[in-house]
Amino acid sequence: MWRYVIKRVLLALLILLGVSALIYLLSMLMPADYIDNQTSAALANGSMTQDDVNRLKELYGLADKSFGGIIKSYYSWLISTLSGDLGFSFLYGKPVTEVISDYVWLSFLIALISFVLQTVIAIPMGIKAAVRQYGVYDYTVSVFAMIGTALPSFFLSALLMNVLSIKLGLFPLQGLTSATIVFAKDAHLEIFLDKAWHLVLPITVLTVLGVGGTMRFTRTNMLEVLNSDYIRTARAKGLSENTVVYKHAFRNTMIPLITSLSGMLPGLFGGAMITETVFAIPGIGYMALRATQQGDIPFIMGYNMFLAILTVSGMLISDLMYMVVDPRVKLS
Amino acid sequence: MQNDNIEKHDMGMNNEAESSIEENFRVISPGRMVAKRFFKSKLSVAGLLMIIFVFLFSFIGPVIVNHTWGYQETQVFKIERISDMVSTADFIAADGRTYTYYDKSQTVVVFKAPPSSEHWLGTDTSGFDILTRLMYGGRISLAISFIVIILETIIGIIFGGLAGYFGKWVDQLIMRVVDTFACLPSIPILLVLSAAISSIESIPAEHRIYYLMASLTLMGWTGVARIVRGQILMLREQEYMMAAETTGISPLNKIFRHLVPNTMPQLIVSATLGLGGVILYESTLSYLGLGVPFPRAAWGSMIALADPSRGQEILANYPNMWVPAGILIVVTVLGFSFIGDGLRDAFDPRMKR
Amino acid sequence: MGMMKIFKRKKIQGIDDTHYLTLKEEIRISKENNKIIRQFERRKARRNVDESEYLTQMRDPSNVVEFDELHTYFYTEVGTVKAVNGVSFDIPEGKIIGVVGESGCGKSVTSLSLMQLVQAPQGQIVSGSIRYKASDGKCYDVTKMPTSEMLKIRGKDIAMIFQEPMTSLNPVFRIGEQMDEVVLLHDSSATPESARKRSIEMLNLVGIAMADKVYSSYPHELSGGMRQRVMIAMALSCDPRLIIADEPTTALDVTIQAQILDLLRSVMNRINGSIMLITHDLGVIAEMADEVVVMYAGRIIEKGSVREIFHNPRHPYTIGLMKSKPGKATQGERLYSIKGQVPNPINMPDHCYFYNRCDHRMEICSKAYPEMLQFSPTHFSSCYLYDENKVGDTKNVKESE
Repeated sequence: MWRYVIKRVLLALLILLGVSALIYLLSMLMPADYIDNQTSAALANGSMTQDDVNRLKELYGLADKSFGGIIKSYYSWLISTLSGDLGFSFLYGKPVTEVISDYVWLSFLIALISFVLQTVIAIPMGIKAAVRQYGVYDYTVSVFAMIGTALPSFFLSALLMNVLSIKLGLFPLQGLTSATIVFAKDAHLEIFLDKAWHLVLPITVLTVLGVGGTMRFTRTNMLEVLNSDYIRTARAKGLSENTVVYKHAFRNTMIPLITSLSGMLPGLFGGAMITETVFAIPGIGYMALRATQQGDIPFIMGYNMFLAILTVSGMLISDLMYMVVDPRVKLS
Repeated sequence: MQNDNIEKHDMGMNNEAESSIEENFRVISPGRMVAKRFFKSKLSVAGLLMIIFVFLFSFIGPVIVNHTWGYQETQVFKIERISDMVSTADFIAADGRTYTYYDKSQTVVVFKAPPSSEHWLGTDTSGFDILTRLMYGGRISLAISFIVIILETIIGIIFGGLAGYFGKWVDQLIMRVVDTFACLPSIPILLVLSAAISSIESIPAEHRIYYLMASLTLMGWTGVARIVRGQILMLREQEYMMAAETTGISPLNKIFRHLVPNTMPQLIVSATLGLGGVILYESTLSYLGLGVPFPRAAWGSMIALADPSRGQEILANYPNMWVPAGILIVVTVLGFSFIGDGLRDAFDPRMKR
Repeated sequence: MGMMKIFKRKKIQGIDDTHYLTLKEEIRISKENNKIIRQFERRKARRNVDESEYLTQMRDPSNVVEFDELHTYFYTEVGTVKAVNGVSFDIPEGKIIGVVGESGCGKSVTSLSLMQLVQAPQGQIVSGSIRYKASDGKCYDVTKMPTSEMLKIRGKDIAMIFQEPMTSLNPVFRIGEQMDEVVLLHDSSATPESARKRSIEMLNLVGIAMADKVYSSYPHELSGGMRQRVMIAMALSCDPRLIIADEPTTALDVTIQAQILDLLRSVMNRINGSIMLITHDLGVIAEMADEVVVMYAGRIIEKGSVREIFHNPRHPYTIGLMKSKPGKATQGERLYSIKGQVPNPINMPDHCYFYNRCDHRMEICSKAYPEMLQFSPTHFSSCYLYDENKVGDTKNVKESE
């Protein structure tokens, strides 16, 4: 078992190395004058010197575009990345790691709430749809789930804003705090509620977009389980249909569900670029989109590495979870 | 003599038995079976109708519009109309009470015309006819998605086929590359690529679309490669491959003439479902101004007009500018998923009870 | 595998196309099916049904179960499959009844009908009755019972052992949990401790050494034979009056098969229960059964005691079966096989279903389906060969050729 774990971890590291190389290559696509443009202001006001700029160019492989030069600069970038230094963001004037740790929590909170909502809504719906396969409930739920996955986030956001914020005035349009209300310093509860109020729509959008996938995944797995021999055995024992479905079938469906859902957990830290931007919620996704549009190379590379680490650890977690939840894997 | 008789009798029996098989078993080609199962599902038919509608709208629509009205994708219409502008402000007067100040003025606007008999959906902020642009937007979206999916499939078949067939270190190498690409965060990387492409001045704006397709392909081919590899690993163990092997055909022939065709059902399904995904990616990039470059029309950039950070006016008052584009995206993506699901059920009826 | 092919409806020359169902026909069929199925399902789902609706009388009080003109159909997309088409036979108390026939002949569906476990919603009991005598002397018609009442019989009075021991146990529950469940469900006085004791006792009974260890294992940790023993132990834990064993040894190793069969017989003798043994293996029948029912294409074509069926088979199909048994053939001789195929289950002919394959067919055989003829108090068969009223006035087809 430990050998398997070690093998998976090594594989994950190898993939990360590959991803880092690809991301590094990407940054090289940026034209060399990009850094000049971006740093001209900093140069002018004296916060950076020409030496700093040259060092940056070197670090991101923009100074020496020969093969040897690229390898050399990739190596030095990799070493500094491994030591936890993701570079210094031009746009935010802070180390990239600091920007990430400042803004990631809000994104995580939003993502976590919508993840919990999604799971709680989608799993029972998926089970019920599978039990009534080809019934009215199944068709309705499946169609709505598919519409949810077909909606672009920005379009759903615009619709909700138009109806719920502008026409009905139920929710604030954008931002995290109300600019027009002045809160007393110690009115923590009010401030909290105000922020929560601003987060309702973005969370709704993320939930609607995510429910469909989980619901269909649950349904497919449940259908497979319901057609298996041991479910017929359970019925032959005289168990009621509810016990058959919610005890015997559900426990089996939980295996793939837990594996895939736990693999999604690290991704919750990644931020929702589009939704956060549309609602002007200052999460990590919003910051990253701005950085991308402004060509903030250190931040872009740091953020993408961060996302890649999240994805790879998600894969790793779901592999390991599979061993934990499935009794058939544990001993072999 | 007696033996002879028995033989005759036996032959008679056989003939009868054969004719009875023909009577009793319906001979249907697999393609026809699939088509029948597909058309039996209401959702698949609905999806097919949706896609046919979008295709007619996007490819025949512009022809009709050009013919009847002579409208072009980037033709500017200046329609003068008088618009009331009301602005309000609260202020506290000298008496300490709050008053609201109304300022009403009239201006002449030439753009953002409301729907009319000449312009069914009105004109947008640049004076373009919205309906016409919806059609051209659909044309480019569909074209991009089909080209990207075809490219993805070709690349995926080649790499997946090689990995699955040769196994060992070839498989290891290819699959690690696939893993690496699959772990790239797609939207952020696409953004970086598009931003880089649009910042490189040597690339003319009208060529940017090709680079866009290339980057979408780059992010999507791994799925196909995995499917093909998995299927080939499975098929390699089948008896008919052993049979093919004994005839001594070349490995390439084996992969691409015997193994790959057997992965087609799976590939068709994944390609159909993938079409919707590409449309979503493309419209997201266009929404952010990094996809199809202005002044070419794209559904995503039409919805971007409603972006509240550019002011609420269009979001609140001009749904005719952005809602139709959104609906078209949903209809197209949904149509492709219905068809994809229907095809999967039709190809593999095991899931159907 | 071109996409174009799918949309082209090419007529292939020389192939009879009359049985091809168009899309419209199929849609019509599924609409009709849905209507029929909904009615059946609604009846089964009723609650608080008065007992008098499904109480009935046994024809012979020494029987546990009596099948009477049972019809179980499957409403499929291409038409109605009459999987069980008028089956009548009795299962006497303390006896082992063997049901033989080739795969798809309806023997499993017959047993599933008794449990009301036919794959719903397509599979439905359409008509006929299955009378079951409970231990308190009451007699129920299973076909009319609502599902909620049926649950009290399943697993308690009638238990079932399936063909595939590898997949018939739930992989994520320990053996103990799955066994205790049955006891706790059907014995209201059982506590978790008493259920555990009972389960271990049952595991010992079926000859499992280290019952404690097996009790706390997962199914995947056991071999196929062990799992089948567990299934038997589970079936026995509520002292059933009848065990349905659906091909219980088919998936097992030959050396294990005999052990399992011996076990089954000895255990049932001890509790004086009956067994409905479903198999296509005539050897198993000869060894185990008291009486045999031979099924073909959803109907019983012959039934009788083991001796009668093996020594004096009447129906040409049974005769063929006996001849095709390996071991009968002497060295160098080809193994006998019955020519032809079972008719298409949809649109069954009106005449004898064995007509196309029969060596002894006569003109009358293409007319009405033959009736059951009695040869002894226990021996029945449906074949015109033995119908004295009809053989005389029709010519043998074979002779006329």
